[in-house]
Amino acid sequence: MIPRPDKLGAPMGALLAVALALPLASYRANRIALAEARGLFEALPAVWAAALLACAVATIAVALFVRPPAIRLAVPALTLLLLLIAIGVAARMLMANGADYARVAPGTGFWLAGFALSILITDAIVRLKPGPFLRLGVFALAAAAIAAILVTGEWNALSILAEYRGHAATFWREGAHHLQLAFGSLAAAIAAGVPIGILIHRSERLKGPVLSTLSLIQTIPSIALFGMLIVPLSWVAANVPGASEIGIRGIGMAPAFVALFLYSLLPMVANTAAGLSGVSPSVTEAAAGMGLTSRQRLISVELPLALPVILTGVRIVLVQNIGLTTIAALIGGGGFGTFVFQGLGQTATDLILLGALPTVALAFAAAVVLDAVIDVLPGAKA
Amino acid sequence: MSRPFVFLLRLALVALVLAFLFVPEAFRPLLEPFAPVGAPAIYDRASLLDLTISHLLIVVAAIVPATLISVALAILVSRPIGAEFLPLSRAIVNIGQTFPPVAVLALAVPVVGFGTWPTLIALFLYGLLPIFENTLAGLTGLQPAVAEAAKGTGMTGRQRLFQVELPLALPVILEGVRISLVIALSTATIGSTVAAKGLGEVIIAGLNSNNLAFVLQGGLLTGALAVILYDGLGEISRMTAARS
Repeated sequence: MIPRPDKLGAPMGALLAVALALPLASYRANRIALAEARGLFEALPAVWAAALLACAVATIAVALFVRPPAIRLAVPALTLLLLLIAIGVAARMLMANGADYARVAPGTGFWLAGFALSILITDAIVRLKPGPFLRLGVFALAAAAIAAILVTGEWNALSILAEYRGHAATFWREGAHHLQLAFGSLAAAIAAGVPIGILIHRSERLKGPVLSTLSLIQTIPSIALFGMLIVPLSWVAANVPGASEIGIRGIGMAPAFVALFLYSLLPMVANTAAGLSGVSPSVTEAAAGMGLTSRQRLISVELPLALPVILTGVRIVLVQNIGLTTIAALIGGGGFGTFVFQGLGQTATDLILLGALPTVALAFAAAVVLDAVIDVLPGAKA
Repeated sequence: MSRPFVFLLRLALVALVLAFLFVPEAFRPLLEPFAPVGAPAIYDRASLLDLTISHLLIVVAAIVPATLISVALAILVSRPIGAEFLPLSRAIVNIGQTFPPVAVLALAVPVVGFGTWPTLIALFLYGLLPIFENTLAGLTGLQPAVAEAAKGTGMTGRQRLFQVELPLALPVILEGVRISLVIALSTATIGSTVAAKGLGEVIIAGLNSNNLAFVLQGGLLTGALAVILYDGLGEISRMTAARS
């Protein structure tokens, strides 16, 4: 008797089957020429194509009929790894008989298969109910695999890496700008937001106005805020002695930094206040009974207990800032957005990806790492 | 702040936006100092009213289907038949929200080309998550006693859903729609970089030609629209919360 197929495995297995029939790679005679589709067996040497096909069929079978989460994780993960290596092999093979300017990019089949496999892997991980350390381990393993593929040059023939070689120097410089802006504004928001959070926790009268002002700032569309800050900052640069010497200008990093800082304030302030008000009154009373002053209570009792909630604010801010920093490129603030908007301007998909993929990867990494840290903390909700 | 004062403030903001949209010329003296010498102070390549309308249309066209689909999906995974998908869907919502809107927008361009479509797709995808998350929170956060009581009165599963659970979850669902709308309004502004017709066009034209007057009018207009929308929807969800 055939067991009832898994409810999630069925659609994802079907998606994977469809992906196998779609083009694995796309070939273009030059950077902006029209793409031509290359199917699984056209793009890969027969051995590779057969291996990939076998792994995909095994994954579909596992997705449909196998229950233990560990197997549901291992088989799609291996298939995904093979897929990632195979796309590099495909690019080398297609480039070998193409012109120097030819470009090979992953095709719809690759993206769809990658999507279906990622969903299956995510589902298996969720079913395993991993603790924070296991999650970090899985993440580190995945990151190491990608890094190894990149370092060994397995993907060098792919168009996005051809694009990278054209922008290698600026890539790392813009990457550094991106991180400086995202982390710098986070640091400033923590430095200002935590004290404001403590303040409004103690003064019920201030709480409403402060929080509604900060949420109003959050509603202002990012391009609008980035753009409008040019006006006051140009004025400061022109009229405050010393301001332009320390790098304050109407355009560039300064307005981007201020905008990111303003957006970051609400999660920091609101979470600090929420964390503090979540501390049980009996704990603070006990601390007061032990003769701790209000300042000692705050530093050694209340803030440590509120830390998981405050860190949740940090996670929200960091993920949000990494994404929003892309907008900084529009006002000359640099960051990975530079490539995204240049790519959009030249209709060069690879250049868009060169900016967008690192941004997505950074935001994802920040979320995974901080989520795990929050779960490790004592007093975190299990 | 007292209620009448807040009401007057709202009314004044709406009146100001409408005045600017219908007679932008009246504001020329205010914006002139920010425009470079000889450059226009009021955006002249399209009517601000047209841009505002198409900006709002894109937002509505994306958020209405996003609301319908995500509410339906949230209902599905909160029923016994879809319960297997519940943990996975929570994980997808978490991961999906780490994707920056700009990246989603930019990645849609290679797939569907320039214009309104990539913006609509990004807005739609981005709109799904908060509404799904809130609907799920609203439906699963109900007191078990409420569901039991409804069961006790002999209501069928469908009746419980439509007469008890959804009405009780409505304020939380509306809060999700509000978050999605504000994100959509903001992302639609970025949509102008991929040639969608909207108010972002004014800001970007200003940035490209160093015309701060354009940047200011586009920025203030989108900012004011976002605030009005956010505030108005907040009021509506407070009204539904008070009623239920």
